[in-house]
Amino acid sequence: MERDDIIEYSLDAHHSEEVGRQMRRKIWMVTGLLAIVTAVEVALGAYWKEWMPDSWHLVKWTFVVLTLVKATYIVMTFMHLGDERRNIRSIILLPYALFILYLLWIALWESNYVHWVWTNLL
Amino acid sequence: MAGEATKALSNDVLWGGGRSPFSISYGKMMMWFFLVSDALTFSGLLVAYGFVRHSTTEAWPIGEEVFRALPGLHGSYPLIYVALMTAILIFSSVTMVLAVEAGHRMDKKGVIKWMILTVIGGLFFVGSQAWEWKHFIHGGGGYITTAEGAKYWVMTKDHDTHDPVNAAGFHLLQATEGHYLIGDTKVEGDAARKIWEERVTYVDGANMERNEYGPPQYANFFFFITGFHGFHVFSGVVINFIVLIMAIQGVFHRRGHYEMIEKAGLYWHFVDLVWVFVFTFFYLL
Repeated sequence: MERDDIIEYSLDAHHSEEVGRQMRRKIWMVTGLLAIVTAVEVALGAYWKEWMPDSWHLVKWTFVVLTLVKATYIVMTFMHLGDERRNIRSIILLPYALFILYLLWIALWESNYVHWVWTNLL
Repeated sequence: MAGEATKALSNDVLWGGGRSPFSISYGKMMMWFFLVSDALTFSGLLVAYGFVRHSTTEAWPIGEEVFRALPGLHGSYPLIYVALMTAILIFSSVTMVLAVEAGHRMDKKGVIKWMILTVIGGLFFVGSQAWEWKHFIHGGGGYITTAEGAKYWVMTKDHDTHDPVNAAGFHLLQATEGHYLIGDTKVEGDAARKIWEERVTYVDGANMERNEYGPPQYANFFFFITGFHGFHVFSGVVINFIVLIMAIQGVFHRRGHYEMIEKAGLYWHFVDLVWVFVFTFFYLL
């Protein structure tokens, strides 16, 4: 089958044994990190409330931060976005991040209002 | 990846405009654009979930109370099963990235080995999700309400009946507001039977209209979000399987590069990425 993609770009991803060894080490390190973070999240979710019910709010924010840490490692290392050029990285991440931040803000803001209406006016 | 972002290419192999946008192949760039749009869909679902949860005036179910069962075991294991599913998916993401790495060294055997493990991991995840759906739909015994508005959890020895009043170990538990299967006052024997006979509603398990866990939207979002994600996992397994067959047949080796593994890998990692967010925002928070 005749293919019209530029094979040079695909061939560029080839690497040597030595580079491969370094990459595999990095992959296993990230794997360990993701496993530890998930274990910490489950432990917090399952048992923290019994120890200190008052600080649950703090735990929730910890979850959000840990999730973003995991997401960053998956996107940058597993999906290799960290190795691409900066302009493709920006064009994928920036518009997305801006739009989602706006969507989160407007949804939380409006849901507060809806909650207030249901509590006080109905 | 070493190379692709740094190496300068001669003009006669570049795209029509003089150069490839972003020094990246057409296929990979389109896969990224697809993933961005798919990520927006999932964000829409999760934000909608947040909106409903935030605006509702009813008590919202708590993840570690609802999801605490393990197949074949009695007792309470909060979130352990979901954590296991997460671990399976992360593991299969790791085998995928190792397959991509092997492809960059033109190591056909390595690609095949890691792709087989990736497919197996994906099948395990889909299977786990099927069990979790079954358990969620079946429920933990359900509740009844009385004319006075009191709510009681219906408890039996093995939770496995739709005729609980005649089952072994039948008793009622007056429900604590905002908690699942938790209560202070236990009612047994004839008193429990009397309340059962005079019940106004009996909600058992979960469907699209009502569920024993909380507001109807809770089950609706559970079905929609995990179902939509599960469908992605399923199609990912199919794609990975096709790519595996092509690798075995040596299609990529003849082509001179294993970029197809990388493109399938991008999709597969994305499925893992979405699950990380579903895990946090649906189960943990």
